[in-house]
Amino acid sequence: MSADVIDKSLETFVLNLGPQHPATHGVLRVKLTMDGEYIVHAEPVLGYIHRMHEKMGENRTWAQFMPNTGRLDYLAALSYNHGYAMAAERAEGIEVPERAEYIRCITVELNRIASHLLWFGAFVLDLGGFTPLLYAFDDREQILDLLESVTGARLTFCYFRFGGVYNDIDDNFITGTREFIKRLRSRMPMYHDLVTNNIILIKRLKGIGPISQEMCRRYGATGPVLRGSGVNFDVRKHEPYSVYPEFDFDIPVYTDCDSMARYMVRMDEMEQSMRIIEQGLDKLPEGPVMAAKAPKILKPAKGDYYCAVEAARGSFGIRLVSDGTNTPYRLKLRSPTFSNLSLFAEACQGMLLPDALALMGTLDLVIPEIDR
Amino acid sequence: MGLAKIKQALAELAVTETIEVSKTVPAPPAAEGEEQGKPVEVKEMIEQNMLFTPEYAKKGYHLDVKVTAENVARSAKILLDHEFFLESITGVDWIKENQIEIVYDFNHWHTLCRVVIRTRTDRANPEVPTISEIYSGANWHERETHDFFGVTFTGHPDLSPLLLPEDADYHPLLKDFKA
Amino acid sequence: MTTELIRLLAFLVGIIAFAALNAAYLVWVERKGAAHFQRRIGPKEVGPYGLLQPLADGAKLMSKQLLIPDGVDPILFKIAPLMVLVPAVMSFVTIPFGEHLAARNIDLGLLMVFAFASINVLGLLLGSWGSANKYAVIAAARVISQNIAYEIPMLLTAIALVMATNTMNLNEMVSLQGGGFWHWNLIKLTFTASPLTPIAFLIFFTTMLAETNRAPFDMAEAESELVAGSFTEYSGMGFGVFFMGEYANIVIGAALTTVLFLGGWQSPLPFLPNSVVWFLMKMYVIIFTVVWIRWTFPRTQFYALLNLSWKVLIPISLVNLIVTAGWLKVF
Repeated sequence: MSADVIDKSLETFVLNLGPQHPATHGVLRVKLTMDGEYIVHAEPVLGYIHRMHEKMGENRTWAQFMPNTGRLDYLAALSYNHGYAMAAERAEGIEVPERAEYIRCITVELNRIASHLLWFGAFVLDLGGFTPLLYAFDDREQILDLLESVTGARLTFCYFRFGGVYNDIDDNFITGTREFIKRLRSRMPMYHDLVTNNIILIKRLKGIGPISQEMCRRYGATGPVLRGSGVNFDVRKHEPYSVYPEFDFDIPVYTDCDSMARYMVRMDEMEQSMRIIEQGLDKLPEGPVMAAKAPKILKPAKGDYYCAVEAARGSFGIRLVSDGTNTPYRLKLRSPTFSNLSLFAEACQGMLLPDALALMGTLDLVIPEIDR
Repeated sequence: MGLAKIKQALAELAVTETIEVSKTVPAPPAAEGEEQGKPVEVKEMIEQNMLFTPEYAKKGYHLDVKVTAENVARSAKILLDHEFFLESITGVDWIKENQIEIVYDFNHWHTLCRVVIRTRTDRANPEVPTISEIYSGANWHERETHDFFGVTFTGHPDLSPLLLPEDADYHPLLKDFKA
Repeated sequence: MTTELIRLLAFLVGIIAFAALNAAYLVWVERKGAAHFQRRIGPKEVGPYGLLQPLADGAKLMSKQLLIPDGVDPILFKIAPLMVLVPAVMSFVTIPFGEHLAARNIDLGLLMVFAFASINVLGLLLGSWGSANKYAVIAAARVISQNIAYEIPMLLTAIALVMATNTMNLNEMVSLQGGGFWHWNLIKLTFTASPLTPIAFLIFFTTMLAETNRAPFDMAEAESELVAGSFTEYSGMGFGVFFMGEYANIVIGAALTTVLFLGGWQSPLPFLPNSVVWFLMKMYVIIFTVVWIRWTFPRTQFYALLNLSWKVLIPISLVNLIVTAGWLKVF
């Protein structure tokens, strides 16, 4: 029998990647149709940790929803706090004091570094290297300690308020942050020596997992995934908010469109975040951290409002529809990884399983944020 | 790519007949925050509250276009041709007006221009043509909207529940949904 | 006759004890080593420095139910772990630990070690196939192609060595390397048989890593890709035996490397006495290197792994073989 007579469907098999699988980092399930180790077709199955945050939003007051935003992307929760606080402030027309804006930027960037560090460790773990994970956690722990000292939480932050932040930063935090940045700066070369320049890692990432710009556009990919495809799009620069225009920082862009490019974008972003934090600490103005006239109960005018911030994984958008009462009429959370993951099925076609998992690693998935 | 050009292109698609829709919108003022020159026909549309250029600092987007359901795909195509990308699709249940609004958020990589396309459909039998053939990413967003609002996207390849359990036959974001 | 029998029994017990203790304590070494590479402390609760941890682990594994899932082939499923462990233990029979410390001094000792070492892969294959798990089957396919690919360069380097030393008796091979570290095959043969010998040593070490399925070549387990590869369905002592077999194989690989290239029980300097201590020291240095590599490198791609063997290692070891043959013929 010649090869083309054989029924193709008999040569493939279905492999269930997840919901319990070491490489999906959470409860994501991907139904893979495989031909040997080659992926013929992939179908991500979501919803294992779906909590219907958007409905919760409709049943709470504006302020009561703030803790929910800390539970979407639990690795970079402050960006989500920020997005929600900004959207509500935009709707209500609250002015935030400058010091509070600086504190917001500093803490958000710290959180971004923490998130990228964890991604770095977990990603190398996906590739079979265990040790960098522990190093990255070591550094991340310092950030979490710092953030805990001002926010009171380590992961699921609820630090921002409509009109500012609820707790001013103190000298301990400032000196601690400066020390941490010094420490991380000294450790970045080690990370690059140990991981980035490792021949095995380069072979596994260079030219693997291409995601073209055209594909990013069709799927609405944002964040490091998009910047790894050579598009200079970062909400912090594109649609400046808070006090980001005051800072001098670059948007790392790599044009190779491969896994290595996405890896390098995140590594460079950590350096840029450190620059932002340093400038923020230098420029930190005196003053209150809460708007004096911030209303206790929000009742934004009728209408809908959109607000986007650059979270660690891409552009997080929030659409609020207000009917003039003290609860949101509708609250839409646009999570970046939802869009980023949606391109996985197309991107991984014809790839080998380990390469596809490396590609999935570079998407930096956080499942609670996808499922919401 | 100027804002004016895309405005011009979309103006042709914006709703001209069903004035009813425009009345029911929680009317944001058609503030003219943009500096770019507006063609005459667009201006007319703006006066009719069909195509807004809302105040960006207040609303967070630049262009707000209402279209009929049939024109959704065409506007998406125009936006794709102008290199916009799809941020999200969602719904709003206007139970008092007995309508469901579908909101499409678009953004652009290089120009600061957020475009919102809205369409309304009957609440009893919500149907909107899919744009998943134009924007592949719309596939999941539409499935999600189907999950939450029960909106049928005609022509969509697979509307099985995405975030809800696979046997879910309820739509939790409808205002009359009781858990 | 009786003394011979007693001797055999004593060695049998000794070898099994050595293999089992090594397997158990290498887990401790690995965990402690990994911990220190990762700036952690590692096991420390059970006994001083966590030294009793392997016993606790063993007790835990043994007290677990031997779970045989539905749909597996029970015979293959049960026999596979043994097929990994037993041949590894058997291989110890010919390893000369000291000058007079070898269970059997067989003329074809090297051949026997290789013969037994090849059974290990069959055990993995049967276990994977028998457990009727897709991840395990993928792992089985990987293990087979990997072991075929790496057996060839391993044997080719060994053959070159046999040609140069003119013996397959492991004890004799060690005896030939006496008189200081410059007489070890690694250095001596560079000047007397083939200048490629240091490269051959590296090839042998690399293939040893691959043959024992160690990182960065751990395709059989590949925990972030294939869950646990061949061992996915195993629990309790079934898994424990696989685990022990894996470590026993590492000990064999390290011991063989020591015997073939690093002079076995010969002391590095002529005025120091030869002793089993040298053998163990060399062997554990190699084992430590293996652990070190595992906790440093990410895993290779599977096709890169095969390419490495077929396109790089095999040609080089063939060249080494030809150079050795030519050298011996000419000089």
